[in-house]
Amino acid sequence: MTRIAGREKVMSFLNYLISGLSLGSVYAIIALGYTMVYGIAKMLNFAHGDVIMVGGFAVYMSMNALGLNPILAVIVSIIVCTVLGIVIEKVAYKPLRKATPLAVLITAIGVSYFLQNLALLIFGSDAKLFTSVVNIKAISLANGQITITGETIVTIVVCIIIMVVLSLFIKKTKAGQAMLAVSEDKEAAELMGINVNKTISLTFAIGSGLAGIAGALLCSAYPTLTPYTGSMPGIKAFVAAVFGGIGSIPGALIGGLLLGVIENLSKAYISSQMADAIVFSVLIIVLLVKPTGLLGKKISEKV
Amino acid sequence: MKNMSKQLKSNLITYGIVIVFYLLMMILKGTGNLSSLYRGLLVPICVYTIMAVSLNLTVGILGELSLGHAGFMCVGAFTSALFSMLLRDSGMNSIVRFIIAILLGALVAALAGVIIGIPVLRLKGDYLAIVTLAFGEIIKNVVNVLYVGRDSNGVHVSFKDAASLNLLPDGEVIVKGPQGITGTPNDSTFTIGIIMLIIVLFVVINFVNSRSGRAVMAIRDNRIAAESVGINISKFKLMAFAISASMAGAAGALYAHNLATLNALPKNFGYNMSIMILVYVVLGGIGNIRGSVIAATILTVLPELLRGFSDYRMLIYSVVLIALMLFNWSPKILDFRSKYSVKNWISKKRDNKEEV
Amino acid sequence: MKKILSIVLTVAMTAAMLVGCGSTEQAGSDVFKIGGIGPITGGAAVYGNAVKNGAQIAVDEINEAGGINGVQIEYQFEDDEHDAEKAVNAYNTLSDWGMQLLLGTVTSAPCVAVAEKTYADSVYQLTPSGSSVDCVKNDNAFQVCFTDPNQGAASADYIAQNNVGSKIAVIYDSSDVYSSGIYEKFAAEADAVGLEIVAAEAFTADNKTDFTTQLTKAKQAEADLVFLPIYYAEATLILSQANTLGYAPTFFGCDGLDGILAVENFDVSLAEGVMLLTPFAADAKDDATVNFVTKYEEKFGETPNQFAADAYDGVYIIKAAIEKAGVTPDMSASEMCDLMKKAMTEITVDGITGEGMTWEATGEVNKGPKAVVIKNGVYTAM
Repeated sequence: MTRIAGREKVMSFLNYLISGLSLGSVYAIIALGYTMVYGIAKMLNFAHGDVIMVGGFAVYMSMNALGLNPILAVIVSIIVCTVLGIVIEKVAYKPLRKATPLAVLITAIGVSYFLQNLALLIFGSDAKLFTSVVNIKAISLANGQITITGETIVTIVVCIIIMVVLSLFIKKTKAGQAMLAVSEDKEAAELMGINVNKTISLTFAIGSGLAGIAGALLCSAYPTLTPYTGSMPGIKAFVAAVFGGIGSIPGALIGGLLLGVIENLSKAYISSQMADAIVFSVLIIVLLVKPTGLLGKKISEKV
Repeated sequence: MKNMSKQLKSNLITYGIVIVFYLLMMILKGTGNLSSLYRGLLVPICVYTIMAVSLNLTVGILGELSLGHAGFMCVGAFTSALFSMLLRDSGMNSIVRFIIAILLGALVAALAGVIIGIPVLRLKGDYLAIVTLAFGEIIKNVVNVLYVGRDSNGVHVSFKDAASLNLLPDGEVIVKGPQGITGTPNDSTFTIGIIMLIIVLFVVINFVNSRSGRAVMAIRDNRIAAESVGINISKFKLMAFAISASMAGAAGALYAHNLATLNALPKNFGYNMSIMILVYVVLGGIGNIRGSVIAATILTVLPELLRGFSDYRMLIYSVVLIALMLFNWSPKILDFRSKYSVKNWISKKRDNKEEV
Repeated sequence: MKKILSIVLTVAMTAAMLVGCGSTEQAGSDVFKIGGIGPITGGAAVYGNAVKNGAQIAVDEINEAGGINGVQIEYQFEDDEHDAEKAVNAYNTLSDWGMQLLLGTVTSAPCVAVAEKTYADSVYQLTPSGSSVDCVKNDNAFQVCFTDPNQGAASADYIAQNNVGSKIAVIYDSSDVYSSGIYEKFAAEADAVGLEIVAAEAFTADNKTDFTTQLTKAKQAEADLVFLPIYYAEATLILSQANTLGYAPTFFGCDGLDGILAVENFDVSLAEGVMLLTPFAADAKDDATVNFVTKYEEKFGETPNQFAADAYDGVYIIKAAIEKAGVTPDMSASEMCDLMKKAMTEITVDGITGEGMTWEATGEVNKGPKAVVIKNGVYTAM
């Protein structure tokens, strides 16, 4: 009797863990975009979550209105988000490059409101149900007691691919090296003949393109789509990025996954009402112990 | 007059603006020339200007980015509203009760500021920002599961649900979790709000010019240099942070007693509100107290002025926000503005005259 | 220069303030001015828009048919972003416009704040969907929808009487007034009628995408019925996630679940067997409902939900009360309020959300909830 109960406990723990991982993988893929933009442009792009929402709508419209297949729809979404990212950057962020970073932060919030309200006017406020872009069957383990959805598998795989590609891009290409240089020291990079403006614009373009993929996967895993879909996962992903060490690409992945797992385990074993408070408390404790996040670089202070 | 320092003059202008605004509004109100909308907006204007000034103390003077300021407002609001509800039927004079409620709200918010500030202020920059955001969200979440009831045995508190308060049949639940507090006495008035604003301005302006304030600004400008001349960094940082939190708590009390219902929603006490207050501060100029007052007033009234656009209202609001930010901060536009500004034009004319 | 900008803006605002005045004193007009308040931007926008549109259809119908006692209705709707303070601003804006009767507000928390103002100003208020008890605690405010405790108790009674389930799990939104209000009363009533609640799991507004944990816990506790006192947007996620988990209890909901079949792209087979207590069903076949649903779909391109239906009925309830009270548009709002208050307890209205609705002086509505079950993708009466 006790053995069966014990086994059941293990099974349910595994289930909570897996649902945590699937939530976490979504946070991770959003966090990748956040951390990339932050690491290089040193700017908290609060509109990132809303670019993801736009990506979600782009996929939704291409699949339902244009009847494209899922892969093409995701490509459309990437293109739409990249273009949007470039436009936003040009109009709202670039003029403030030399101003205080706080000014850009506020403009980003303005952009976030703008995208939400524009989507509200175009698509209306009722929730749309999203057809998943993932066509893989869920995997069933231990006689169906544990299920891993196709979305979770795809999201984690895509996350890892993006992480590897981004790391290679930064290490191996000229543009990537330029990004690294800009992130280390803008002035010095400029003196070395790097076009800082162009590099930052490129960063935004890539970050927004990632948002296009994230939008498709977020809405596939949690298939309701409204103009406000992106804002809450966006802020959670931001927390995940900080958790893992903002600016660090593997950190975003680890931070996202951990955040999802902690959130679900605290819902399961402590209190579902207090899950938010618990997640944020863990974040605070981590930052107090490791002030730059799990994988963040330690910055030595110059006098 | 001539001996008056530039700073003093600037401060007097700030007080002057507030007082003139107050008198103007009172005259309009007295003569029946102020529409209900604006009569209703007077207290919120005070709430948000106080919030903006208090956040400016953290962001502008202390130089730390806080994204959890609404959390302190939430603490002040719930503390003061709970106090007023407990003493609602005690026959206490409503103004005295309200003043105590405000002080209590400010005090508890200051305590929260100290408790949060001790760990938080060790961090720097964006990490500090995210931790304050986290604390703000924790406060909101905890308030949403807080149940407080009262019966003949005294006050009961629970973090689960109303049933676990185990109230006697004569009891009533005052704080009902997500349903919050309803029926808070409507004690907030424009006059009290303006008095609070003036006190807050007085405190902040004097703090800035005090020994402690100069120490805080020294820390902002160069922490290591400040430390090396023997300034106790933690103490001064914490002091500024706690003062800022207490003023947010007082604003929360004003907010709570202006509405019959008090809930901790993402909209009013979540990070959205913290960011909105930050918008007032940045738009008004970081460290510029008068700017905060003006920006908070304009941005509180603006969404209401845009009601005529109905469905397009918030869209236009966001565009105006972006445009104002570019107008106030973009180096290119600043150049353009200084080239063609009215002031320049006037002074140029004066120069020309002098030449003649 | 910044100074000049601020001065210009201040002057502009002062001017705007002065322009905005003068309309308050306008006593009496030749139309009935009905105001509406609700969220049409922000996360709760879907409810506000439904009310705005539903009421608009009723107003258009009445005006086309010659108005109330020959007097046309003018209808204006203001946004409150689901925020108490903004709702008060919206109310004040409507007062300046000369509003005589208020159909609002849509959501509970702002409604309580506005109720205080309408009481102070003595303005008649009918809330289509503000379901908290506090919305109608003053004698000038009435409800079209059920109160939350009412729904919680009715649900528990229905489940017990019809043996729909014995071991019950509840998944509710602990950050929402509506959801937690129903849950609390449900829990108390379930205890009284001998139902066993084996799991009570919450989620919050910041945490409403992943419900697998809550569902797993319900499954572990072997609940055969999951009670969902929540709105349909979250319910669609819960249903599809339960399906992935291979968990198939009976799902039972309240009026918030209405609209679930209308969600674009929703796989209605997931909702098969879901039961809900709702006074309105968009695919009912009676003439009044068909007429409303057709017009709504034609005009706004979507299927109306509970909120739209409540608002539609709300306008007709106001019409019935005006006719009963003999109110004329030249009266002041508070004169109207006194007459309407009395008339409300005397009228009986047949609407699309209930037959023979009557009102207590407390403001609560008397109408029977209909229990429906989703069979073959449509509501079927039980």
